[in-house]
Amino acid sequence: MSEELPDPNAGENKATKEAKETRDAQEAAGTVAAEAPRTEAGAADGDAPRAQSQDGEGEGDGDEPPARTPAPAAASDWSNPLRDPQDRRLPRIAGPSGLVIFGVTGDLSRKKLMPAVYDLANRGLLPPGFSLVGFARRDWEDQDFAEVVHQAVKEHARTEFREEVWQQLSEGMRFIPGDFDDDNAFEQLRKAVDELDASRGTSGNYAFYLSVPPKFFPKVVQQLKKHGLADAPEGSWRRAVIEKPFGHDLASAQELNALVHDVFEPDQVFRIDHYLGKETVQNILALRFANQMYEPIWNRSYVDHVQITMAEDIGIGGRAGYYDGIGAARDVIQNHLLQLLALTAMEEPAAFDAESLLTEKLKVFRAVRLPDDLGRHTVRGQYAAGWQGGEKVIGYLEEEGIDPASTTDTYAAIKVGIDNRRWAGVPFYLRTGKRLGRRVTEIAVVFQRAPHSPFDTTATEELGENAIVIRVQPDEGMTVRFGSKVPGTSMEIRDVSMDFAYGESFTESSPEAYERLILDVLLGDANLFPRHQEVEESWRILDPVEEYWATHGRPAQYPSGSWGPEEADEMLARDGRSWRRP
Amino acid sequence: MRIDLTDTTASKVNKALVQGRRAIGTPAVGMVLTMVIVTDEENAYDSIKAAEEASHEHPSRTLVVIKRHARNPRDRHNSHLDAEVRVGSEAGTGETVVLRMYGEVAEHADSVVLPLLLPDAPVVVWWPVDAPDNPAKDPLGALAQRRITDLYAVENPMETLRKRQRTYAPGDTDLAWTRLTLWRSMLAAALDQARAEVTSATVEAEADNPAAELLARWLEARLGVTVDRVVSDGPVVTAVRLGTAGGEIVIDRPEGPLATLSLPGQPSRSLALKVRSTAELIAEELRRLDADEMYAIALRGEATEETPVHV
Repeated sequence: MSEELPDPNAGENKATKEAKETRDAQEAAGTVAAEAPRTEAGAADGDAPRAQSQDGEGEGDGDEPPARTPAPAAASDWSNPLRDPQDRRLPRIAGPSGLVIFGVTGDLSRKKLMPAVYDLANRGLLPPGFSLVGFARRDWEDQDFAEVVHQAVKEHARTEFREEVWQQLSEGMRFIPGDFDDDNAFEQLRKAVDELDASRGTSGNYAFYLSVPPKFFPKVVQQLKKHGLADAPEGSWRRAVIEKPFGHDLASAQELNALVHDVFEPDQVFRIDHYLGKETVQNILALRFANQMYEPIWNRSYVDHVQITMAEDIGIGGRAGYYDGIGAARDVIQNHLLQLLALTAMEEPAAFDAESLLTEKLKVFRAVRLPDDLGRHTVRGQYAAGWQGGEKVIGYLEEEGIDPASTTDTYAAIKVGIDNRRWAGVPFYLRTGKRLGRRVTEIAVVFQRAPHSPFDTTATEELGENAIVIRVQPDEGMTVRFGSKVPGTSMEIRDVSMDFAYGESFTESSPEAYERLILDVLLGDANLFPRHQEVEESWRILDPVEEYWATHGRPAQYPSGSWGPEEADEMLARDGRSWRRP
Repeated sequence: MRIDLTDTTASKVNKALVQGRRAIGTPAVGMVLTMVIVTDEENAYDSIKAAEEASHEHPSRTLVVIKRHARNPRDRHNSHLDAEVRVGSEAGTGETVVLRMYGEVAEHADSVVLPLLLPDAPVVVWWPVDAPDNPAKDPLGALAQRRITDLYAVENPMETLRKRQRTYAPGDTDLAWTRLTLWRSMLAAALDQARAEVTSATVEAEADNPAAELLARWLEARLGVTVDRVVSDGPVVTAVRLGTAGGEIVIDRPEGPLATLSLPGQPSRSLALKVRSTAELIAEELRRLDADEMYAIALRGEATEETPVHV
């Protein structure tokens, strides 16, 4: 669906509305959510024949019978004659729209969002008239805001700075000063939005990006509702974009979702998990489902176990207030690692669209089982003082603003199983931590040893298990590890690695995750955004672990710069395995 | 690293490539295509530079075929091949081989190029100048999935355009068409907003601009209207007007990279619409390596070529 976009807005409203109605009905009747996608796909299918016929004609001799000329304006099935699925040079440009950022003075906004918006404009992917509205508690005029964005763009944008692009963008910049309590400010925001519709032709389409601490979510969302900003005028959309954390356990996540969904339609809420915007993560699906050579061995008959690691070399920095009481498992495992697990383990989706992906991911989440004995198969730790890459660093409990008796985990490792035919008996080990050896995120699929080897044991002494490692960051790419004969007369087999580096085979200039995600929000393409069901299911998985930890013992201490506490090594040793050194 | 080979053969060049790669310590490479640039000495430098820049997005083995013109009979009889192998930092993210052909071997450039193509990877041939009349039938062109010509680099663009139209084969493409992508995507975006039937259209451009002609033909093909060609002072394409019942949709770029978009009943706004560098054009070309059907449609158009109206 995403490839053929005759008009980003035409079919969508209809489809989403219908899907919503069916979903409402199903929720009332208590039917499973897994059936919803079929209805939506069906609704979207209504558009397909039109695109198809256009397709067919394009292939012909290029003669355009007059009948092909577009239907009169305002008809909902109007399709743009200048667009054609075959014309793949034309990029997916977002329709007329604007982006409102709350908390626009924050770090994320300056370092990621504003540069991403500029980069999109520079690549010609934003519609003419695109508008950017900032909302924050600063006494700024529009020009001051533009100046701040200018700075941010110059410092952090990926693409070169070009005056004309800047000029195009800056004409649509507005700033609204005010508190989230301030009715006046929201009234001003509403006026600004109306004014932009009139002066820039944004057609009432707005995405509200809540780049604010979660405690402000309720306030902002309520204010948007109160001032009618969340109600899309006929034929346009209003979307909400929120960042993690999506709650801190199942109950709070449900509460948050209820709150947001009270104001925005569930499918108009985009939850950012910036990992999913990364090329390699999207490539997991391409790797698995566009190729023939991996899928046959991607199951319990060949895979011994899977390790998913996200390691950071930094400490908590200035985030004590946010981090303490949350911890590594809630901060990373609940969202990033479980999403990576879902993409690694899921079955082939019926189509590459949001609903099909959701269906498959939910199936995986629902099949995830925690081990019975959480004490033996989960580990948490806290970094202690130590040497990290040649620098002496302090321990977590000595960090400023941290209670010396804190039991917050800065390292977490858990083992889960997936109870389905493909994965039964294959453990998935998830680990994450701060102040580990180096910054790396990877998925390692480790294969079983060959059932029989014609070589004697001395020849294969140094041979490990075959592995496919998908590196998510840094240095995105993939490594395949296998045994190979060492040159020489004797038969000796040793591990070698074969490497595919994204930066090498495609482009230094692959887009930033945020570019992709912001564009997808504006296009309404929800493939790369976790839905609320996924968020809730992943809390359901993690909650028992957190409960167990809250009542049993304390986090183990591990020296900064190491690969985690000894307990974590013991946890794998019990299963006769060991962690990879990433 | 750079290895010079005089009076050499393709297999020696292959050896030098492996040797060069080993010497810089990266024996394995993730190159995605072979790019063959057929050019003369004069245009070689700029073309190589553009290809190297594009190789940041598409790491490739670049083979530069330079046919040297012999100026006396002795040279004509002395047929030989000189090669210059560049790997590592000298060659963008891929590797570059400059092949200088003297005498008779220049007529058989394909015999040199064939053994140097990356196994199994797509081949793209680019003629920055002096493209053959029928690219697909050219011995080098026949090796390639994609053949890039440039209507801007010919003496008589309109006549060459007719030739290209006659000899079109899937895989042909032209930089004059690539230059239009920004225009075309902005026009499509403008029409997304206007959502109206287009009843008339005008393309304003400098005289004899092949890109403007392609743009007009594309509009004719897609919109089913006759497009007026108006000659302006340039540079290149300066404006496109689409008439609808509600008024005109205009993208106007009188000069410089900043254009103005006007839609009926809406305030006009500015649009960044720059003239892109050759490297950017090549990078865009390499993003898709299958046949560009839309180019074929634009090339054929429904065009009854009219004499331009002078204003």
